[in-house]
Amino acid sequence: MSAAEQDQNNPRIFISGNEAVALAARDAGCRVASAYPGTPSTEILEYISAYPNLYSEWSINEKVSLEVAIGASLAGSRALCAMKHVGMNVASDALMTQTLIGAVGGLVIVVADDVGLSSSQNEQDSRYWGRFAHLPVLEPSDSQETYDITRFAFGLSEQYAVPVIVRLTTRICHVKGLVTLSTPQVEEGHKFNKDASRFVMVPGNAKQRIPLMFERDKTLANFSESCALNIMEQGENRTIGFITSGAAYCHVREAFPDAPLIKLGLSHPAPIELIREFAQSVDKLVVIEEVEALLETELRAAGIELFGKDVVPRIGELTPTVITPAIERLLGKEKSIATIGMTDVFPRPPTMCVACPHLGIYYCLSHVKNTIIAGDIGCYTLGAGHPWNALDTCISMGASLSVAQGIDKGRSEEDANKNVIAVIGDSTFLHMGMQGLLDITYNKGNITILLLDNRAVGMTGGQNAPSSGIDIHGEATIQVDFRKLCEALGVKPERIHELNPYELPTLFKALREEVKAKEPSVIITNQPCVLTERYAKQPPLTVEDDKCTGCSNCLDVGCPAILVTRREIVVKPNGKEKELSFVKIDTAACTGCNLCINTCAPDAIVPLINVAHFNAVEIK
Amino acid sequence: MEQITNIMVVGIGGQGVMTAADIISQAAIMEGYDVKKTEVAGMAQRGGVVTSHVRFGKKVLSPSIPPGTADLMLAFEPAEALRWVTHVKDQATVMVNTYPQAPPVVSIGLFNYPEQPEAQLQSHPIELISFDAGSLSIELGDRRLVNSIMLGAIAKQLPFSSDVLKAALLARFKDKGAKLLALNETAFEAGQQAATA
Ligand code: SF4
Ligand code: SF4
Ligand code: SF4
Repeated sequence: MSAAEQDQNNPRIFISGNEAVALAARDAGCRVASAYPGTPSTEILEYISAYPNLYSEWSINEKVSLEVAIGASLAGSRALCAMKHVGMNVASDALMTQTLIGAVGGLVIVVADDVGLSSSQNEQDSRYWGRFAHLPVLEPSDSQETYDITRFAFGLSEQYAVPVIVRLTTRICHVKGLVTLSTPQVEEGHKFNKDASRFVMVPGNAKQRIPLMFERDKTLANFSESCALNIMEQGENRTIGFITSGAAYCHVREAFPDAPLIKLGLSHPAPIELIREFAQSVDKLVVIEEVEALLETELRAAGIELFGKDVVPRIGELTPTVITPAIERLLGKEKSIATIGMTDVFPRPPTMCVACPHLGIYYCLSHVKNTIIAGDIGCYTLGAGHPWNALDTCISMGASLSVAQGIDKGRSEEDANKNVIAVIGDSTFLHMGMQGLLDITYNKGNITILLLDNRAVGMTGGQNAPSSGIDIHGEATIQVDFRKLCEALGVKPERIHELNPYELPTLFKALREEVKAKEPSVIITNQPCVLTERYAKQPPLTVEDDKCTGCSNCLDVGCPAILVTRREIVVKPNGKEKELSFVKIDTAACTGCNLCINTCAPDAIVPLINVAHFNAVEIK
Repeated sequence: MEQITNIMVVGIGGQGVMTAADIISQAAIMEGYDVKKTEVAGMAQRGGVVTSHVRFGKKVLSPSIPPGTADLMLAFEPAEALRWVTHVKDQATVMVNTYPQAPPVVSIGLFNYPEQPEAQLQSHPIELISFDAGSLSIELGDRRLVNSIMLGAIAKQLPFSSDVLKAALLARFKDKGAKLLALNETAFEAGQQAATA
C-alpha cells in the first residue's frame, strides 16, 4: 500500500497528503497518535500504525481521540490526532477548554475537510475552529507542504504552548505528489509535571487562563506577519492579486501564473499588515478560500478592500475551471472557457457489496409496513436508496437512536400506530449511539433498534473497532459483547435478539414481534462485513432459467450479483399490466450467502454445480 | 506555461483505475518529471465511477485536469469513456476497453446503457482506439489483468519509451512471484499488440 520506497538515486517519494502527515508525525518524534476513521482522513492513522516506536490507536470517537492526544501532550510527549471535519464537532467539547490549558508536548490536530462532499453528510469549514477556540490554523497546499507543515506544527505547538490545527482538504489528503523527507528528530519524552492551576479547569483557574489565551492570540498574530509559511509571490501582472491558502493555492497559481499572490501557510491568525501592504501593490485584491468567507470577512473588518465570495462560489472546490471565469467576469472580460459538461450517461450510485450482511435487514425493513426508520452514518445509509427505500432520516453519528426517541415522543395521533425503528452499525453505536440507547431505556421510549454488527468500520474500508476484537495493529484485544452491553444499558434480556442476517424468516419473525412490543428492543445481527478477512466465501448460486418466473422478488434484496437478463410486460388475468424481470446470478461475484434463496418462491435459485471455471480451492 | 501532460484514467470501482494511474505516475517519476495524481474515488468500493488524473511536467501545480485539456484518456469501460470524453482535448487519444459493465440501475431498467458507445465516441474529435480488453483478460486467465493490458495499450502514447512504463508495471510484481510477473508481462504485451492491430 505504501509508496514510501525510496529510490537510491532519487530521494523523492510519491505520496498522498495523508501519508505525508503520517511520515511527518513519525519524523517529528511524535509518540502518540489517535483517530476515529473518517473519509478523507482515515489513511493517516493506517500509515502511522505501521511505524514502530509510535503508539497509535483507533479511538472510539473523535472526542476520545482528542482527549487521548491531550493526555499525551500533558504527559510531555508529542501527540497527534486526526479526524474528518464532522469529527471536530464531536471533539470540540475538549477543544474549547484545552485551548485554555494549551499544550505541553507538541499537540497537533489534523482536520480533513471534505470539500466537495465526496463522502460526507455536509461540507463544513474547519478553519472556523481556529477562530472559535483561539488556535493557530496551518494549511498545506500539496504533499510536500503537508509533510513540512505538519512537522513545523509540533514545534509551533511547543513554542507557544498551544494546540495547533492542521487543516487539510480532500484534494490534499488524496492527491499524491513528490516529497523529500528531512532528517528525523528524536524527541525525549518529558515527565508529567503537576500543575493544577493550569490543568484543572475549574472556574477560578479558567478565569486566570483566559487573558493568557488572548495574549497568545496577539503573539501569534505578530508571529504570523513574519512567518516563513506566509509567502508572497511576485508576479508581472498587477491588475489582480490573490490571497489564498491550501489546495486553492495550486489552482490559483495554475490559472493565473503571472499574478502576484500571498499564500498563507499559517492562515489563522492571518498576517493582516502583510496583506494590507500587498493590497496597495495590486489593482484588485481577491481572496480565494475554500469554503467559507472567513479571511475575507476579517480582512474587510481590518479595512482592506477586496473581492471574495461576491465573485467566487461559496461551496465546493475552487479549481481553475471555477476561478478563471469568475475572475474574468470581475475584470469584465469575455468568457474564454466554454463550460464543458459531461455526456449524459446513466449514474452509478454506490451500492452495497455483493452479499453484504445488511442486505437481508433492508429487505425486511422494506417489506414491513407502517414504519418510521431513523438511520445513521455508515454503509447502511445506502438503505435509503434503491431498491429498499427504507430509511427516513440520517443526520450525524449515533443520531438514529436519539432521533427515533424524539420521533416516538413527538409523534401525533396520526402516527400513533407507526413502528419507530432505529438502524445503526456496531462502530457507530460505540462511537455515539450508546448514549441514545440509555436515553431510550431511561425515558421509556418505544423503539426497535437494529444493531448491525459487522465487526468493523465498513464504510471507510473495514477498520477495526472494539467490536472487532482486534486493534489497529491487527492484534487481539477485548471484543465488546453487545448483548451484555444493551442489557447493562437497560434493555430487558428477552427483548434482545442476536440473529444471523442471512436467515430471512428468522429476521422477519423477530422484527414483526419486536415492533409490536411496547418497550425498547434490540435486534443484533452477527455476520461480518464481506470486505474483511473474517468473511468466509461460499460456493456461488445460479438461476435455473426454466424455473425463473420473472417475479423479480430476488431483486428486492439489492445484491449487485443478481442481474436482470430480460424484461417483459404481461397482462394479468385481471387486465392489469405487470412487468416481469428475468434474472441471472453473476457467479464470479456471488459469494453464496444464500440470502436470495429465501425470496424465490419457485426455487429457481440453486447452487452452481458442474461449472468448469469454479475452483473449489479458492474458497476459504 | 511549461508543458504539462494530462492523462485521465476512468472506469468503475474494482477495475484497478487507481493502480493504473499509479503506475503511469511511477513511470513519469522514473523519467524525472514532477508528478501529481488525484486519488479521489468517492465510494469506489461500491461500484461507483472512479476517475484519476495524472499530470506530469517540469512543475505541476493543480492536481486536477481542467475539462477539455486531457491529452490522453484511458477508459476501462465504454460508457465511462463516453461520460468523460468531453474532458479530453481535440485529437487526444482515447483508449477504450469495449467490455461493458452495466450497473444494477441499468439492468433493472431505471436507466439505459448507451447504444453503440463506440459509434457515439467516434462523433467526437478524438483519436479513438478501442478493443475488448475484458475478454482478452479472461482469455489470459484472470480478469484482473485488464489493468496490465490497458497499460500496454497506452504505452506508445506516452512522451517516453514503452519500456519505462513496462518497468514501472513489473516493479509492482517483483515480489509477487515469477508466475504473476510473467502473466502481467504477457498481458502488457498483448495490450501493446491489441492497440496497434
Ligand atoms: S463494506 Fe461491508 S458493510 Fe459496507 S456495504 Fe460492503 S459488505 Fe456491507
Ligand atoms: S425470485 Fe426467483 S423466480 Fe423471481 S425473478 Fe428471482 S430467480 Fe426468478
Ligand atoms: S447468494 Fe444471492 S444474495 Fe448472496 S451473494 Fe449470491 S446472489 Fe447475492
